[in-house]
Amino acid sequence: MLYRQMFGLPTWRARGPFTELERMRQQMDRLMETLSPDTSIARPAGVFPLINLTEDRDSYHLRAELPGVKADDLEIQVLRKTISLSGKRTFSEEGQEVRYHRREREAGTFSRMIGLPGEIDPEKVKASLKNGILTVVVAKAEAAKPRQITVA
Amino acid sequence: MADKQSKEIQVKDKQEVSTPAEQTRPGLVFTPDVDIFETELAITLLADLPGVRPEDLTIDLRDNTLTIAGEIYPVEGGDEEDILIEYETGKYYRQFTLSEVIAQEKIDAKLTDGVLRLTLPKVEKAVPRKITVAV
Repeated sequence: MLYRQMFGLPTWRARGPFTELERMRQQMDRLMETLSPDTSIARPAGVFPLINLTEDRDSYHLRAELPGVKADDLEIQVLRKTISLSGKRTFSEEGQEVRYHRREREAGTFSRMIGLPGEIDPEKVKASLKNGILTVVVAKAEAAKPRQITVA
Repeated sequence: MADKQSKEIQVKDKQEVSTPAEQTRPGLVFTPDVDIFETELAITLLADLPGVRPEDLTIDLRDNTLTIAGEIYPVEGGDEEDILIEYETGKYYRQFTLSEVIAQEKIDAKLTDGVLRLTLPKVEKAVPRKITVAV
């Protein structure tokens, strides 16, 4: 018994052979969490376009990087708690005579739905596309706005 | 090309770069995605630079090195709080070495909707000329 305690050999009755592994895995996870510097950057949803969503007192601000997308090729729909974006990105034909050295940019279609944390007023939506950045500002519904209550 | 334009665009993470010199203004630096193609007369470069205003873009060509640098300024209002942040913003920086001799005075750059189109015409002598042998 003393030998077991000293060398930390597993006591078979309490734990299965994988318990220890599981414990180590959890410790590693915790370690990785503390090491990763910025936890505010959420894992992207993996759907184009990537979106940044912010809020202030009266509205939600949604931004997406859409270089080369024309306003005509973009469709934005607003529901009570969701915004959906869809569209296409097209490139002009460069002719037959060209030799490509690099092709990193992508053309194609996209569509994405974004759920908002609160209700919005679908009547008050402003969208702008400038320098390849789409900005959609939607006003929060009156019921969803924070209200200040003064104590009488 | 036609089927290429109808497929769904895949998400690509922005590539961060480490520039040779240290920045005076802190911030992230990204590599813009580019297309480069060549015809007999010119080399054309297309680069995605979302958020860069035309006046904040610097294009520099010296000693066969082409440098593209785009500044980004924050667009958020001061009292906005983040809910979901999927991409980060920062400057764009990328360098290319050109093997061809470029006619500097004829370089043309356009920045529309966040896409730079840079046309670099080759100098006359670099343009291949067909020589017919007289019989």
